[in-house]
Amino acid sequence: MTRLLGTPFVQRIGFYVLAAWSAVTINFVLPRLMPGDPASAILFKMSELGPVSEQQEELVHRLFGGARGQSWWHEYVGYLNGIVHLDFGRSISFYPATVSAVVKSGFLWTLLLVGSATVIAFVLGTGLGIVAGWRPGRALDSVGSLTSIFLHSLPYFWVALILVYVFSFTLGWFPLSGGADIGVVPGFTPDFLNSAVRHAMLPAATIVLTSVSGWMIHMRNMMASVVNEDYVLLAQAKGLPGHRVVFSYAARNAVLPSISGFAVSIGMVVGGSLLTEMVFNYPGLGSLLNQAIVNVDYPLMQGLFLIISLTVLAANFVVDSLYVLIDPRTREAA
Amino acid sequence: MRRLVAGGDRKVILGLTILAAMLLIALVGPVVVSSLLGQSPTKLHAGPALAGPSGDHWLGTTSSGVDVFAQFITGTRVSVFVGLVGGTISTFLAVLFGLVSGYHTGRTGAALTGFVNIFLVIPGLPLLLLIASYTRGRGGWAAVALIIGLTSWAGGARVKRAQTLSLRNRDFVAAARYSGDKQSRVLFMEVVPHLAPVIASTFLFAVVGSIAAEAGLDFIGAGNTNTVSWGTMLYWAQSQGALQSGAWWWFLPPGLGIALVGTAAGLVNFGIDELSDPRRRTLRTGSQSKRSKRRKVRRTEVAA
Repeated sequence: MTRLLGTPFVQRIGFYVLAAWSAVTINFVLPRLMPGDPASAILFKMSELGPVSEQQEELVHRLFGGARGQSWWHEYVGYLNGIVHLDFGRSISFYPATVSAVVKSGFLWTLLLVGSATVIAFVLGTGLGIVAGWRPGRALDSVGSLTSIFLHSLPYFWVALILVYVFSFTLGWFPLSGGADIGVVPGFTPDFLNSAVRHAMLPAATIVLTSVSGWMIHMRNMMASVVNEDYVLLAQAKGLPGHRVVFSYAARNAVLPSISGFAVSIGMVVGGSLLTEMVFNYPGLGSLLNQAIVNVDYPLMQGLFLIISLTVLAANFVVDSLYVLIDPRTREAA
Repeated sequence: MRRLVAGGDRKVILGLTILAAMLLIALVGPVVVSSLLGQSPTKLHAGPALAGPSGDHWLGTTSSGVDVFAQFITGTRVSVFVGLVGGTISTFLAVLFGLVSGYHTGRTGAALTGFVNIFLVIPGLPLLLLIASYTRGRGGWAAVALIIGLTSWAGGARVKRAQTLSLRNRDFVAAARYSGDKQSRVLFMEVVPHLAPVIASTFLFAVVGSIAAEAGLDFIGAGNTNTVSWGTMLYWAQSQGALQSGAWWWFLPPGLGIALVGTAAGLVNFGIDELSDPRRRTLRTGSQSKRSKRRKVRRTEVAA
């Protein structure tokens, strides 16, 4: 345990702090680089919706620039201070709700949907990859590889459209859109959970369907390169039962790069699920982002980008840290 | 290229053929559609609204009577061009950052590696959406391609970095370095040629990724919805209720177009993989492995 807390762990924390700082700073710099003075656009929209206090005006300038006579570092310090206090100003599309309140309303929906779909896809894809890669070149492998290339090339949101068309419109098996039936009160009641799960089925299926093949291709290639290693041959020569050779010897080593790939791909899955949510009008961060884009709601967009980036970074950090526990070699590198 | 085709790998040939056909459609398709077929991708009420595929309109019409086939062919141009330009920018940055961060062992290398890793963990699509919603379609498809290229290079750079790390200590690279060759010469004459297969596959997937990213941007309306591309076709199909009216001919073609390009790239990549990494050659299916066995026999005969 003391080893774990040694230098690499501290280094990793340092890296993620740096990455988080980069995301925060990109968020600060972008609106100031963009043409068309977003701050004025926001203030104009806000003044249409209601009276804008001086305090509000200052906040918008702090987040998006455009104020006269203030140095950029003064704005930057104010901006960082606001971020620490989760103060992102008010959303325009949900005026006068604050951005942090709006983001909070969608966060849990997305986390549960994307989280469970990602885990299902990873387990399923890796399992299929083990089977396909154990005997490379067999019919199952060839057909599987071709199918997975095709599935992998399908755009997320288009798959979502097709699923809506087939299962909601034509067959009527699943609800069209939303996160739960409108009449049901959210909470841990059987009614609500049942309704929420039924609504989540198609969006989750979309995410699983489009990301499962990535894991499969990855695992298959690693398996194919591991099956001829000496230790696998030795395990077979010792006469160990087939499933033990496959899972405890070959797959156990082949899965390591998949797990570190898992960390990087979390960002892609979250990105892709944003579009999926838009199609299903699922009440998560993706639909909020859609609202923000349609209504040119820069404050909400900024807040969403930040919270999505930071969540992905946190997920990466957790997977990275777990990786050290699984692969002793990364520990010895210390 | 000749080695690929001479290898007789059907996957590579099939993939390259599809890609070449798509490029041809992107180049001459719009002209053929407007002058030979007399259809327009923007003309309203060219036919009855929401009509299925027929002799007059090969892929039916939209809710405002625009010919879907003309839209699809014309949209290929924007999608493929954004794919090529975005893919080129992304690949260029990936090679540049990957090479330099992998080749330098000192502080520069460490700093660049950190930079690459940070871009790797910051999710690309939300960043892309954020920038695109600030620009709001200003600058046309070229600006979109630029933004896509700038936000999608990190994954490729990591692969290039790993490859460069293993190459930099090989004897031939060390020899070039110690014989006093300039660093840029060592990188471009010794290291880059050995990275060629990896660069080729990065480029292919960067093109596919850019096409998909462009479609995604247009689909949610963050691009310019007045241009005709595969993404805007899906945007209008979704917002005009193509699903509700069962107009499958409207929303199927753009998605299948993207998937076709992606599958072709995947096929080519499989072939490149087999050439660059002999361990993966086991992947060949029955008839092909027989052929490679024959080739092996012939080679030993020559050696004898």
